[in-house]
Amino acid sequence: MRHVYLDHLSATPLLPEAFEAMKPYFLEAYGNPSSLHQHGLRVREALTQARVQIAELVRAESPDEIFFTSGGTESVNLAVKGVAYANKRRGNHIVWSEVEHPAVMNSVEFLEKEGFTHSKVPVDSVGRVQVERLREAITDQTTLICVQLANHDIGTLQPVAEVGAIAAERGIPLFVDANSAAGWVPIDVQHLGASLLSLSPHRFYGPKGVGVLYRNRRARLVSILHGGVQEGGRRAGTENVPAIVGAGVAAQAAARDLESRVTHVRGLQERLWSGLKAAIPFLKLNGPEPGPQRICNNLNLSTEFIEGEGQLLLLDMHGIAVASGSSCVSKSLKISHVLAAIGLDHALAQGNLIMTLGRDNTAEEMDYVVDEFSRIVEKLRGMSPMWDEFQRGIIDSVVAPTGRGRSFSEYAAEVSGKAAH
Amino acid sequence: MSDTYTLYNKTVMDHFMNPRNMGDLPNADGIGEVGAAACGDIMKMSLKVENGRITDARFKTFGCGSAIASSSMATELIKGRTIEEALHFSNQEVVDALGGLPPVKIHCSVLAEEALKAALEDYVKRNPESASQVPPSAASANGR
Ligand code: FES
Repeated sequence: MRHVYLDHLSATPLLPEAFEAMKPYFLEAYGNPSSLHQHGLRVREALTQARVQIAELVRAESPDEIFFTSGGTESVNLAVKGVAYANKRRGNHIVWSEVEHPAVMNSVEFLEKEGFTHSKVPVDSVGRVQVERLREAITDQTTLICVQLANHDIGTLQPVAEVGAIAAERGIPLFVDANSAAGWVPIDVQHLGASLLSLSPHRFYGPKGVGVLYRNRRARLVSILHGGVQEGGRRAGTENVPAIVGAGVAAQAAARDLESRVTHVRGLQERLWSGLKAAIPFLKLNGPEPGPQRICNNLNLSTEFIEGEGQLLLLDMHGIAVASGSSCVSKSLKISHVLAAIGLDHALAQGNLIMTLGRDNTAEEMDYVVDEFSRIVEKLRGMSPMWDEFQRGIIDSVVAPTGRGRSFSEYAAEVSGKAAH
Repeated sequence: MSDTYTLYNKTVMDHFMNPRNMGDLPNADGIGEVGAAACGDIMKMSLKVENGRITDARFKTFGCGSAIASSSMATELIKGRTIEEALHFSNQEVVDALGGLPPVKIHCSVLAEEALKAALEDYVKRNPESASQVPPSAASANGR
C-alpha cells in the first residue's frame, strides 16, 4: 500500500543532517553544559552554536535572546506566565485572540484563577484577528498581548506586524506563538515587533522534546520552573543537548531552504485543493483561500453530511495520514474551538479534516489523495442519513444552499432533543 | 513497519469497514432517528416486523467509526428478536459483542440502543394493537 503523510503539523521526520549532528551528543559528548570541565565546556559550545542558528532563523539581534525549553508548549507557558508574573506590579490584564492554541488559552485561563484578567479578541470568518478590536481591548492594566503567527487549525496568517505596531505604541510586550509557523513562514522578530516568540522544532524537521523561546532583552520575564540557573536563569533544568543541537541544524536548514520549501509546498497545496474541490461536491475550505493570508502547508476541510473520524480512519486504512477537529475525534467530545470561533456550522465542524503538507510530498501523491478521498466520501455519504435527507429535500446544504429543506443544525438539534445521556 | 495499528479492535474495525445491514428498508414497519447530545452525531434505524418479531433491520449513521460499528452490530443482534425482547435491548450487548469500546466511545453504542428503541416506539405507534403485548414500563424506557 502507498503511504502519504499529510500530518506535518503533528510531527515531521527528523532531517538526516540534524540526526547526524545529534549523534555524538548521546554517547560521546554526554557532559552537562553546566559542568566546568572539558565534557561540560564542549557541549556548552554546542548550545551556543544552536542559539546562533536559531537566532538567525528568526533574525534575533543576539543569540542571548534564545532560550531552550522542552517543547513548544513549555515555551508558551513560560512566555505567558513568565511575562504576566514579571509585570504583576504594573498590571494584570492579558489581551489574546480567541483562536490561540490551547497552550496559550489554557495558560491564560490558569492565570485567571490566580487573579489575572483578560480580553479575548474575536476573529473574522476566515480566522483573522480583528486588529481594531484588539486595540480597543487594551487597557492601562494590560501587560501582555498574545497573537499567533499562523493558526494551528485553519492556517490563517495573522496580521502580527500590525499588532506589533500597536504593542510598541502602547509599550506592551507582544508574545507571538510561531509554533505552527516556524520553518514555513519567514520570521523577523524586529519586523513583527515581537518581544517574545516561540518555536516548535519538531514541526520543521527537528527533533521532539525541545522548544525555543525568543525573548527581546528589554522584555521582562521570570522563570516558571524553579531549580538551577540554566538558560540565563529563565529556565531551570539540565538542557536536552542532543535535541537542542538537532533543533539548531533544523533551523539552519529551514532558513537556507525556506524559499524552495514554500514554493514546493504551496504548489502542492493549490493542486490538492483544486483537485478536491473539483472532485467532491459540498466540500468547504475553512480559513483563507491558498494565497498570502494562508500558511503554505495547511488545508482544513469540512466534508458536508459526513463526520470526520470516519474519514480519517478510512484514509488511514488507505495509507493516508491526516488529522481532524471533529468532536468525535477529540477526547472532550467538543469541536475545535477555532472552528467555533469562525462561526462554522456545527454539522460542518463535525465533518472536519486537516491535511498538512511537507517537503517530501509530491504532486503525484496529491492526485492519489484526491482519488482515494473522493471514493471514501462517496462511501461515507452512502451510509449517512443526512446525505439521504438532503437528497430528499428534508435538510439543506450549508456549503451550497439549495433553498429546500431545513438547516442541518436545526434538524440535528431536534433529533438530539432525545438527549443521549 | 509491517504491522497495521488500529484505533479500535479488530471486530470494531471490521464492522466499521464492512458494515452489515447498512441502508434503508423500503417498507419499514418502524423507523427511528436519534442524535447524540454529546457529540452531535445522528443514527437512523429501520425495522421490519412480522408476527411480533423483528425480521430485518437496517441502519444509516452520521457519526464516528465506533458509531458506525455499533449500529452495524446492533442490527445484527436484534434480528429475530421479539418486540418485547428488543425493548430490553441494552447498549452493553453491543459493547460486549464488539469486544469493547474505548470509554469515551461508549455513548456511540448508547446511540444505537436509542435508535432501536425509537424505531420500536414508531412501530408501536403505527400498530397500537401491539402495545398490549408490551409491558408499559418497557415501552417508555427510552434511553437513560
Ligand atoms: S457517535 Fe459521536 S463520538 Fe461516536
